[in-house]
Amino acid sequence: MPADKRDIVALEGVTKRFPGIVANDGIDLSIRPGEVHVLLGENGAGKSTLIGMLSGLQQPDEGRILVDGKPTPITSPRHALALGIGTVFQHMMLVPTLTVAENLLLGGPWWQRPRTEELEARVAEITRSLGISVKLHAKVSELSLGEQQQVEILRAMVRNSRLLILDESTSMLTPKGIEELGALMRRLVGQGLAIVFITHKLKEAAAFGDRISVLKLGRKVGEIPPERFRTLSEQEIISEIVELMFGKQKDDPEAAERPTRTVRADAGPLLQVADLAVAPTENAPGLSSISFDIRPGEILGIAGIDGNGQKQLAEALAGQRAATGGSVRLEGTAIEALSVGERRRRGLRYLTDDRLGEGTVGAFPVSINFFLKQVGASPFWRGGVEQRAEIDRRAAQLVREYDVRTPSLKTPVARLSGGNIQKVLIARELAEGARAVIFNKPTYGLDLANTLASRQRIRDTAARGLAVLLISTDLEELLSMCDRIAVIANGSLVGTVANADDARTKVGRLMIGLAA
Amino acid sequence: MTGLFSEVFLGALLFGAVTAAVPLLLAGLGEQLSEKAGVLNIGIEGMMLAGAYLGFLGAFYSGSLWLGFLTGAAGGIAVALIMALLCVRIGLNQIVIGIALTLGLEGLTALLHHFQFSRSYPRLPAADATVIPLLSDIPVVGPAFFKHHLIVYLAVALVFAMGYLYRRTQLGLNLQAAGDKPAALDVAGIDVIRTRTIAVLTTGALAGLGGAYLANVGAGLFIPFITNGAGFLGIVLAMLARGRPVWVLFGALLFGVCLSLTTAMQVAGINIPTDIIQMLPFLAVMIMLVLFGRRASLPAALGIAYERGAR
Ligand SMILES: Nc1ncnc2c1ncn2[C@@H]1O[C@H](COP(=O)(O)OP(=O)(O)OP(=O)(O)O)[C@@H](O)[C@H]1O
Ligand SMILES: [Mg+2]
Repeated sequence: MPADKRDIVALEGVTKRFPGIVANDGIDLSIRPGEVHVLLGENGAGKSTLIGMLSGLQQPDEGRILVDGKPTPITSPRHALALGIGTVFQHMMLVPTLTVAENLLLGGPWWQRPRTEELEARVAEITRSLGISVKLHAKVSELSLGEQQQVEILRAMVRNSRLLILDESTSMLTPKGIEELGALMRRLVGQGLAIVFITHKLKEAAAFGDRISVLKLGRKVGEIPPERFRTLSEQEIISEIVELMFGKQKDDPEAAERPTRTVRADAGPLLQVADLAVAPTENAPGLSSISFDIRPGEILGIAGIDGNGQKQLAEALAGQRAATGGSVRLEGTAIEALSVGERRRRGLRYLTDDRLGEGTVGAFPVSINFFLKQVGASPFWRGGVEQRAEIDRRAAQLVREYDVRTPSLKTPVARLSGGNIQKVLIARELAEGARAVIFNKPTYGLDLANTLASRQRIRDTAARGLAVLLISTDLEELLSMCDRIAVIANGSLVGTVANADDARTKVGRLMIGLAA
Repeated sequence: MTGLFSEVFLGALLFGAVTAAVPLLLAGLGEQLSEKAGVLNIGIEGMMLAGAYLGFLGAFYSGSLWLGFLTGAAGGIAVALIMALLCVRIGLNQIVIGIALTLGLEGLTALLHHFQFSRSYPRLPAADATVIPLLSDIPVVGPAFFKHHLIVYLAVALVFAMGYLYRRTQLGLNLQAAGDKPAALDVAGIDVIRTRTIAVLTTGALAGLGGAYLANVGAGLFIPFITNGAGFLGIVLAMLARGRPVWVLFGALLFGVCLSLTTAMQVAGINIPTDIIQMLPFLAVMIMLVLFGRRASLPAALGIAYERGAR
């Protein structure tokens, strides 16, 4: 494909190989001002790899990148920034020990004093138009992942890029936040910016895009150019994408079907939480008098805007955060005084939303990461000695069962694509002995097929008689899976509704602070 | 035993404490800098030795202490250059290289010294002190703290300069990012390798200077292995100081007192076996580690080589 004059950045036959895998295979792409170019593809398709090359982190093995029509090797992130390419990466790129302001200032000339006042003015201007609020003086480590994502988007805005790349930047935002980001993208391309937008949510692609490219196993398998895009309805676009990605036709694959599972009303609660409280920190809300019961086979959803205590709740239940009061009972036994490990042994499992941070040890192989929480325990360790064969056998089984795309069992888990790391985590937490499982945003970053599969897996989990607590900012997800949905705001549950026909409105009303 | 608590004895003890603290302070500040940037610098003992050896030669042949400090710092930088090349640029294991450098320099400096001076240990003239008017007239404290070589005051000033650097400057932010999340620094457009290299070289200069002070002012001569673990004490100080230069200063003074006490007790001829007395500073290390070691917080990417785009 010859580069077009209108392209500010174009890729010609770009190939990138990693040991054991061709991540990008002869990709052509044209990125134009005034367009939102949506990049779609299943987990591991090679989207982030492509972004890595555009932002100077990686060099293509073959092919070339043209900037303003001239072949330009993008040699470093600094070079990319100088070319006007600003990127919000899939994995957080903030320094946790610095404040938000300091993170935004990172990259200034070293001899200067950080220009805080200037930044504050600039940020105030942008946040007003973005409709977000950012705690400039909070340490990043105290922010929720959703808030961190907002900071990263803000940072890209502060830099005045002409090409803005968003790699799954909506994965942690609320429906309202996503809408606002969409509106912002439309406004920016209106001003002549070019945007590359990666998402797994096809509705977002249809709503905010101008041009769509679909990657599959490192190859570009299709493109919908703007001329065609404009003539198609949302439904037509979605079904075309689904066909390109998965080769099968389906109307709205994500359409919420309410669960038909029935929970036995006479069963006693499996997980009981009463008056659970956690002290607030400077920048994170605490929890106050959280009470709920979950019966075997039941899925209780926790809806709410990210950063309202979801993480605190999950961690307090798992034992990773000290509770200041209240009780937690599993199968009738009080567990609030037990350690993390002991709770896990008794069947309480927690799937964190922080995959790379606390979820996995990036440099360890995939196989070990499956059994991280069983280190030292038989049958994987005997007398302190690692049982390689047993670990590998079981890991291979899990890789197959959960469809983890990995070059080998020995690959360090951080090398996998985001979605595949998540699969490793899910597989680990659902392994033997689970009685009650807490899922914190279990499907963020998963492609459609994997999202559906994971949801099915969670439903199956419940159907096996486990109690499930499902924390999510995705209302569709909650509506498609839960028996009841509780809404969390500012660290307390403001109401619980049964998942009936009017649940959507009721939850919505609770979320904006009205009574259901 | 009579003189133990006399004014003179106390003054000498404190004076010795400051003299002993200065190399520790410089090493600790240096180590803190490179750890901040994510490089665990175990080679600092070697850098100090190089500084002590070359610093001594510089002062011995030129007759100028300042020139000695200069050659000492250069010696530290030379060793740091190897460290930066192997560990920062090529990404080899920092601990292995650090130990190798220390052992290598111990052997090398001893060998060179032996070649040159055989078994003689020529002395330098005593360093002249910069006496601070008024303050130095205070009894006990005055002569102990305010009658030192100019470089001592500069080293203390450096503590505050470093504090300012870390908290108030862009470079300080860059250093912290290089140690805590290098990838974030890289995508912000700052070269991680360069940032870490600068940190390691500066560490080398400070350690070299510390070594030169130890030999030229502290001892007035060079003998093989003269640093005797001062670099390692610097590492301990840096780890306990949680990124704050003032804590390095306090820690260095504390160790300085212990070291000085060791000498003083030996001189005073107290009836305790010297072996036990000489254990004092290390006992202090253990106690400090037990008391504060738990709270030591180290940068997340400490000891991990950065490679762009690797996951
Ligand atoms: N630095 C690396 N070293 C080795 N393999 C890598 C590296 N980066 C990516 N890969 C591999 O390249 C493939 C593509 O990964 P990439 O992250 O681009 O996928 P993705 O499309 O962004 O997926 P996701 O939607 O899950 O984020 C994956 O199989 C991944 O394991
Ligand atoms: Mg990705």
